[in-house]
Amino acid sequence: MKTLSLCAAALLFFTTVHSQILMTKKGVISFHSHTILENVDAENKNVMAVIDAGKKHIAFSMLMKQFVFPKKLMQQHFNENYVESDKFPKATFSGSYAEDADITKDGTYSLTVTGKLTIHGVTRDVTIPSTLTVQSGTVTGATTFKLNPTDYEIDIPFIVRNKIEKENTVKVNVEWKQNY
Amino acid sequence: METKLLSTRILPLIILLLTGTVGITQDSLLTMLEDSSKSSQATVAVEGAFKAIHLVNTQTTESPGKKELNFIIMHRFGKLNDGAYNFFGLDNASIRLGLDYGISDRLGVGIGRSSFEKTFDGYVKYKLLQQSSGKKTVPINISLLVAVNHLTLRSDTFVSAQNKTSYITQAIIARKFSSALSLMVAPTYIHYNRYPVLRSAKEVFAATVGGRLKFTKRMAITAEYNYLIPGMLDAVDLEHSLSLGLDIETGGHVFQLVFTNSNGMIESQYIGKTNGSWGNGDIFFGFNVSRNFSFNKEKKKNW
Repeated sequence: MKTLSLCAAALLFFTTVHSQILMTKKGVISFHSHTILENVDAENKNVMAVIDAGKKHIAFSMLMKQFVFPKKLMQQHFNENYVESDKFPKATFSGSYAEDADITKDGTYSLTVTGKLTIHGVTRDVTIPSTLTVQSGTVTGATTFKLNPTDYEIDIPFIVRNKIEKENTVKVNVEWKQNY
Repeated sequence: METKLLSTRILPLIILLLTGTVGITQDSLLTMLEDSSKSSQATVAVEGAFKAIHLVNTQTTESPGKKELNFIIMHRFGKLNDGAYNFFGLDNASIRLGLDYGISDRLGVGIGRSSFEKTFDGYVKYKLLQQSSGKKTVPINISLLVAVNHLTLRSDTFVSAQNKTSYITQAIIARKFSSALSLMVAPTYIHYNRYPVLRSAKEVFAATVGGRLKFTKRMAITAEYNYLIPGMLDAVDLEHSLSLGLDIETGGHVFQLVFTNSNGMIESQYIGKTNGSWGNGDIFFGFNVSRNFSFNKEKKKNW
């Protein structure tokens, strides 16, 4: 009897923790570089994202080739010359936050997410202020931050240096649906 | 008895459960994503087998993207063996100006004008098969090219203007083996309404093999060889067209420096009318310069 209750308690604990994990394959990440000469806007709508609200961990993974550019040639150059998608197909992020965010209740939470961002095979520690919004079962994670391509050893040749912003703006918008 | 049960049966279970929960660290979240990405692999197109629409003279499987316009200047100087009097060929020039437009990402059309025999050309190219990897793997690209070449040079050999037209059908098959190496083969059929030297209509079958090898991210060496099936134009002193090139890409421009034994730059000319010989030094130095313009209105979005 004693063992049974112990087992049940452990099992209960185990499952409640797991229900805090939400996953999606349809997160959206876009990046933007606006200069007088050229605007670059690309969007990836197939970002995989997972949040573990119990452990306060969060992770992203995306295929660089799934970034869509309005110009075909630009997309080709992005993959071949800049991020080298054949060599480094994915960009990933894995991090955590310290703030309390209850994903079972509606509300908006400001989180400071700290973790490791890997792009072009280069991993860097980053801290990104983000917001988590919970509304009727939908958890939305959103953030905007600046990213310098040279930090990730993405080489920008001299001839196009005026056409690409030194710091690109990255926008993240991820929706998780909770199924109770 | 009770304690023994606890230690042998329950304890491992508890440990298992504890590690199961505690073990979900940041990295295992990432591993979880990797695992589920493996199960739902997307199809990704293998793009950019070649940098430009032309390898040297032969068209590649590439076309401008949808609503993109490509302007190309193809230029060949005279023969290197013309000697010092003609400044090793630099005094003479043969040129083709061309416009290529992408109706869709797969369908391209183009027009051009060559100074060689004052020729107009037009083509339609459709990409039947796009190389891709992932869920749906397609090993090769196939593009079908249909072109019309019409020369307007005043000459008595043709009798009528209709005789100055030739028609080209070409299947271009290419594979991007790696980010550096792409190879292509293109069987070609040309119908000349009147082949000038033979003074009759002529069917010609040929095959082109070519490839490009990138040695930096933005530079590549290209080569193409056009094999004319023997017996096709026996009565004519013809050479097979062999061309070498260096591609340099900068943003929307592609510069191609070329060495070739062909003076003409369109199918009816470089396949069926090449009489320069590499061995004799009948080598034309030249370049192709192309510039890409996009007419894609950038979608209004709340970025």
